Amino acid sequence: MSRIGVPKGFDLQKSVIYVGFFTIFLFFSFTLHDDGFLTTRNLTNIVLQTAPATIMAIGLVFVISAGEFDLSFGSAVAVSALAAAVVLQDYPMLVGVLAGIGAGTLIGALNGVLVAYLRLPSFLVTLATLGLFAGIARSMTNLRSIPVINDSFTGIFGSGKLASVPSLVIWTILAVAVGHFLYWHTRFGAHVLATGDNPRAAQVAGIRIERVRFLVLTLCGATAGLAGILYAGRLQAAKYTLGESDLMTVIAAVIVGGTALKGGKGSIIGALFGSLLMGMLNNGLILMGLSVSDQMIVRGLIILIAVAVSLRDTSH
Amino acid sequence: MTSDLPVLSLKGIRKTFGAILAIQDVSLDLGAGEIVALVGDNGAGKSTLIKIVSGVHRPTSGQIHLDGSAVVFSSASSARSLGIEVVYQDLALADQQPVYMNLFLGRELTIPPLALLNKSRMRKETQELVEELDVRIPSVRSTIRDLSGGQRQGVAIARATHWASKLVLLDEPTAALGVAETAKAEELILSLKDRNLAVLIVSHNLDQVFRLSDRICVLRRGRQIGVRETAATSKNEIVSMITGVD
Ligand SMILES: Nc1ncnc2c1ncn2[C@@H]1O[C@H](COP(=O)(O)OP(=O)(O)O)[C@@H](O)[C@H]1O
Ligand SMILES: [Mg+2]
Repeated sequence: MSRIGVPKGFDLQKSVIYVGFFTIFLFFSFTLHDDGFLTTRNLTNIVLQTAPATIMAIGLVFVISAGEFDLSFGSAVAVSALAAAVVLQDYPMLVGVLAGIGAGTLIGALNGVLVAYLRLPSFLVTLATLGLFAGIARSMTNLRSIPVINDSFTGIFGSGKLASVPSLVIWTILAVAVGHFLYWHTRFGAHVLATGDNPRAAQVAGIRIERVRFLVLTLCGATAGLAGILYAGRLQAAKYTLGESDLMTVIAAVIVGGTALKGGKGSIIGALFGSLLMGMLNNGLILMGLSVSDQMIVRGLIILIAVAVSLRDTSH
Repeated sequence: MTSDLPVLSLKGIRKTFGAILAIQDVSLDLGAGEIVALVGDNGAGKSTLIKIVSGVHRPTSGQIHLDGSAVVFSSASSARSLGIEVVYQDLALADQQPVYMNLFLGRELTIPPLALLNKSRMRKETQELVEELDVRIPSVRSTIRDLSGGQRQGVAIARATHWASKLVLLDEPTAALGVAETAKAEELILSLKDRNLAVLIVSHNLDQVFRLSDRICVLRRGRQIGVRETAATSKNEIVSMITGVD
């Protein structure tokens, strides 16, 4: 009995993110008040900066909930952004968007086929495709950065606003809403959870677990594609480095956000707050004047704590 | 359709796994509202027979008839769609999901046109079912892993009860349960009879077999040794049939 003293039905793993988020928010609000942490501008910046990571996190919640893993979404982001940027040089916006999201989706589908139908372990498959597509992103453009000069694209996927709400905020809200809906209110979401929870039980209940595995990895590729487009829109350029440094942040956001590493349980809203927490930490640690290496150390420690909480709750 | 046709009729069932002969010439009829116990030593072929009837394994030869018509199951899903439900020994439940999602696992109720999960209706139907069967759980929203072994098996049997229209197969359903929990599970199994379902149960517990069953089918090393009316036999006779020692 590891739950003595905790009310029945209370889910530590899913609640810890909200406690953690508001504690750290309050902490920074007081300690960094004079450094401008609480200004609308700074807070908006945090949301804008975390938008691509939040969207990647949504895809990853599905993958981990289904009992699989994806390490390759970082290079899928880069390939998607580059594909969109290259296509946008000669074609209208919509074609560029399709190219970007299509590239990410195809990478996800490749992972999906290898994992679901060739039955290779997703951790190793996506480690390999991470390297493969990081290499392709580099060779696609000879390490150059590709500018994006399509104004409607950079407006809709970057610096634009709708009724004074930044477009990146709108994309984040849309993606979280659709993701949450899919996760909690559709048969697909229920099958994802069942597959990650007990694949044998899911299978004897008639759930096509191979199809679920294929679809979650494909979906994760698609969210990486959208994240790539948002990067290209915000930075008005695409480069092979996009998404690369998000790997740890996104995994941390998902795990801190209450998604169980073993599968079968998770939260899209939790991943949103996890991602915002990571962005806030980044922002706060910079305002505190920590060096890049110190920031990495602190973030690494946060992930360790998150994993410890996650495993503690699933081990009884 | 006449009601005296057996719900399930097995004729000359044989199953080999490579060189291993797991089942050899088993023939058995089950009527509606009848509980038949399948007994035998470890490795006698009981689980294999259950898996054949549930569509997991295909027999090497022999026929399966449901309500008089021959059927061939291509998978567990095809057996399920014909009204056959299985309660597994090791509980095929998704531990981190709530009771009501387990009850509807793989057969979730949805609302058209977007096919959204109808969670409130699944909760309501689950609630009605657990009340009717008197399965005592804290709530239909409880997570399976927060339940006791008996409550879990109660959920598994309730699920079979809800979905079966003809036949329920149980493979050692109480092997992992305590005394009180076993008594409760036996009550649930007897209630399947009242629903006019045919029941085939594997059990190692002869007291239980004599409490529950109408007839007993004995297997030894894949061979069908005999079928006895429970009321007209004794534990001694069944034990000697199981062991082959008089
Ligand atoms: N999938 C399988 N592959 C090979 N042999 C099997 C398989 N399943 C069962 N057997 C063999 O068939 C025989 C009957 O097994 P089983 O039906 O599990 O017996 P019981 O449930 O009565 O203990 C055993 O010899 C077992 O080793
Ligand atoms: Mg067995």
